[in-house]
Amino acid sequence: MSGFVWVCARRALALATVVLALSAGFALPASATKIERITSPGGIEAWLVREPSLPLVAMEFAFRGGSSQDPADKPGVAHMVTTLLDEGAGDLDSRAFNERLEDKAIQLKFTAGRDTITGSLRTLVDHRDEAFGLMKLALTAPRFDPDAVERMRAAILAELRRQSTRPLDLADRQWWETAFPGHPYGHAIQGTVESVGAINTADLKAYIDRVFARDTLKIGIVGDIDAETAGRLIDSVFGTLPAHAKLTPVPDVEPQALGRRVPVKLDVPQTSLMLGGKGLARLDPDYMAAYLVNHILGGGSFTSRLYHEVREKRGLAYSVFSMLFPLKHTAAFFVMTGTRADRAKETVDVIESEVRRIAQEGPTADELAKAKSYVKGSYALAFDTSPKIATQLVQIQLDHLGIDYVDRRIAMIDAVTVDDAKRVAKRLLAGGLLVTDAGPTQGAVGKAPAMQ
Amino acid sequence: MGRAMSCAAALAFAVVIAAQPMASPPAHAQDPKVSKFKLANGLQVIVIPDHRAPVVTHMIYYKVGSSDEPPGKSGIAHFLEHLMFKGTQKNPAGQFSQVLGTIGGQENAFTTADYTGYYQRVPREYLGKVMGYEADRMTGLVLSDAVVLPERDVVLEEYNMRVANSPEARLGEQMSAALYLNNPYGRPVIGWRSEIEKLNRKDALAFYRRFYAPNNAVVVIAGDVAPDEVKALAEKAYGAVPRRADVETRARPKEPPPVAVRKVTMDDQRVAQPSVHRYYLVPSYSTAKGDDAEAIDVLAQVLGAGANSRLYRHLVVDKRLATSAGASYQGSAVDPTKLAIYATPQPGVTLPGLESEIDAVIAEIVAKGVAADELERAKTRMIADAVYAQDSQASMARWFGVALSTGSTVQDVLTWPDRIKAVTAAQVQAAAKTWLDKRRSVTGYLVKSLPGPEEKRS
Repeated sequence: MSGFVWVCARRALALATVVLALSAGFALPASATKIERITSPGGIEAWLVREPSLPLVAMEFAFRGGSSQDPADKPGVAHMVTTLLDEGAGDLDSRAFNERLEDKAIQLKFTAGRDTITGSLRTLVDHRDEAFGLMKLALTAPRFDPDAVERMRAAILAELRRQSTRPLDLADRQWWETAFPGHPYGHAIQGTVESVGAINTADLKAYIDRVFARDTLKIGIVGDIDAETAGRLIDSVFGTLPAHAKLTPVPDVEPQALGRRVPVKLDVPQTSLMLGGKGLARLDPDYMAAYLVNHILGGGSFTSRLYHEVREKRGLAYSVFSMLFPLKHTAAFFVMTGTRADRAKETVDVIESEVRRIAQEGPTADELAKAKSYVKGSYALAFDTSPKIATQLVQIQLDHLGIDYVDRRIAMIDAVTVDDAKRVAKRLLAGGLLVTDAGPTQGAVGKAPAMQ
Repeated sequence: MGRAMSCAAALAFAVVIAAQPMASPPAHAQDPKVSKFKLANGLQVIVIPDHRAPVVTHMIYYKVGSSDEPPGKSGIAHFLEHLMFKGTQKNPAGQFSQVLGTIGGQENAFTTADYTGYYQRVPREYLGKVMGYEADRMTGLVLSDAVVLPERDVVLEEYNMRVANSPEARLGEQMSAALYLNNPYGRPVIGWRSEIEKLNRKDALAFYRRFYAPNNAVVVIAGDVAPDEVKALAEKAYGAVPRRADVETRARPKEPPPVAVRKVTMDDQRVAQPSVHRYYLVPSYSTAKGDDAEAIDVLAQVLGAGANSRLYRHLVVDKRLATSAGASYQGSAVDPTKLAIYATPQPGVTLPGLESEIDAVIAEIVAKGVAADELERAKTRMIADAVYAQDSQASMARWFGVALSTGSTVQDVLTWPDRIKAVTAAQVQAAAKTWLDKRRSVTGYLVKSLPGPEEKRS
């Protein structure tokens, strides 16, 4: 590890992780198939997996909301809230709060997504009550002391400045802005330099008052803990939150500007490309077929068509993959890659031609059989640590898939026929793609080809 | 929290974490029951049972990295790693990946300065099968220009993604090159671009034949398996691979004692947020005398890990000069390694101004040492991380693999928490005094543009 760089052969690991997290899902670890639905004495539901072999407890939870609940003129509020929950709460200022965490090696983390605010807690069993106590304080009595607010604002602004010349971030930002103009999904989760500069404490408090509530809460707990203790601790953390969230309605929306190319000029040797179109809603009956089609086209293994055509055959990119991206109020599909600037046009052409080919012809029976086998087998790897299991428990609840989903999943995969896959490939991929790229404009931007 | 740790720092941190519960463990904590054995051809095998899920992680570490490359061939270790996926006489290109792609397995590989690793994560019943493929490509690799040349383009795109597109990474390369005067750690793992462009099939095969052998490798298996079962499978898969008589021990050019304060300034038009960085040349766990590495490990925690660290509190919280600050120690290395520090200035704060505050934080530790509570806090967290580590079989496999391929032993890993626990405040202070000497260091400034001639004179 002495080298500055940890170099991986195949693909950026972070990207692989994203794909895995979106993985729909098999034959699970024995423990994970024993999901208990528990209800606390106070009436809060949680899903629990008991795993007594290690002296740890992991909890993940989510509130509906996320950056789509940011005030229209102040994107970035949800993200800023998540940076401040562990920066002082109750009687503890930032320093005291962080000392309490580290004294007991308790790990607390909050993240804003587009649709959710998620929280995660990891603790040794011995410090369980202290850990849940600190989580309660963070959620119900964050202080938002002025010095902490200014410190986090400064950190976010520094990150936004870094992103302003990072090609991947620029292509991503441009895609969402162009696809969802005027919609809450159109702004970046972290906001902008201007909006973050304008957020005040009242905005942060108002956000929490509207979003942190029991009716949208989903909880997953994994570890050395029984149902009764879990119920008591859940009540202690979440029991005093308001019963109902006061969410601003978010309209359903479809990605716009499909078929267009929007370049962002940046003087870099490698162009970042993001190609996105309409996806399928998570509860769409065709979702599993679409998931398999995506796997064949560009999903998370080294055998996909895009991997073969873009990387193996032509050496155009180090990382190229595609994914389904269902949200609460829209559904998207993405292909992402980074390619030598002077061959960016060729890369876009190869990707679009592969997308067209699978939309028109569908996958072969052999490809579908292999994809089914992969998608069944790889599910277990999404359940190999306590926090990952807890995350899956929350995601299945957010997606309304039902507590028996992990048992039903194999049959759902098996049920997809070649005809289904062909039909759904067309449905998923024939609508055209919005392409955003960040790089030197020469080469990357050609005329958008007509997609059928 | 807005305190992002850099990727390099986070990895460095992960690598030095060991795998045993706290010395005074919770009532039902269990030690990882690690077993080890060696095949007749010299292959070391480590087995870490984890029966929570019916999956297994199979990793092979070759004790060869970018630091073992011949002059003029920088990047060949990493390029070979890519080419190892191109098939053998017995199993043509893509077959291994097809098998994994069908059963739902994960695979990847990585190269560092000291070792090259390959891994698969599969349902437990496929362990024998993936071992067979891995053993086959230990000696059976077949390469043609038709696969080598496009893959070199892939590596150049990886270089573009990781280095050329990232001003921070470009600065890191320059700082390492300035830190190491003689040891090959000064070369980027991915290689210098001008040399990557010329690497070829012959270079790759020569490197392969020189270093890939059972007696230069460690296999780590973590997962739902029993040691006896693994032993039988390993004998069957790897047992027949012949040992190579001529695998060299790694005697790399030694670093002379550092004597000069070095400074590197990287200007890049894409720098929208400047930053200051410093590397100190320090002993690794392999080169340290006595408990020096443990003391440096704890020192790096107190100095720069998280919200309670000296650097964060002083620079970010109290003086409000920086938006982030931290430190890390890359302890697992064959040769002397580095302790890295970074800070990001608030708008209006100059890099020299920020650097002098970093110096002040270090000077205070050197002069007054560390307080009992911050020492305990740092140690608690490091030791607890060893318990958390047991929650991930992939992490467990990686930590043992890294340790064994950088000169440490299974016992070293298992006793690490106890040795951290034993570190005293006096040792931490002594470590700061000895090793955080500016003459052992390179300071790096990342800026948008160099000051003009007028400013230079002032």
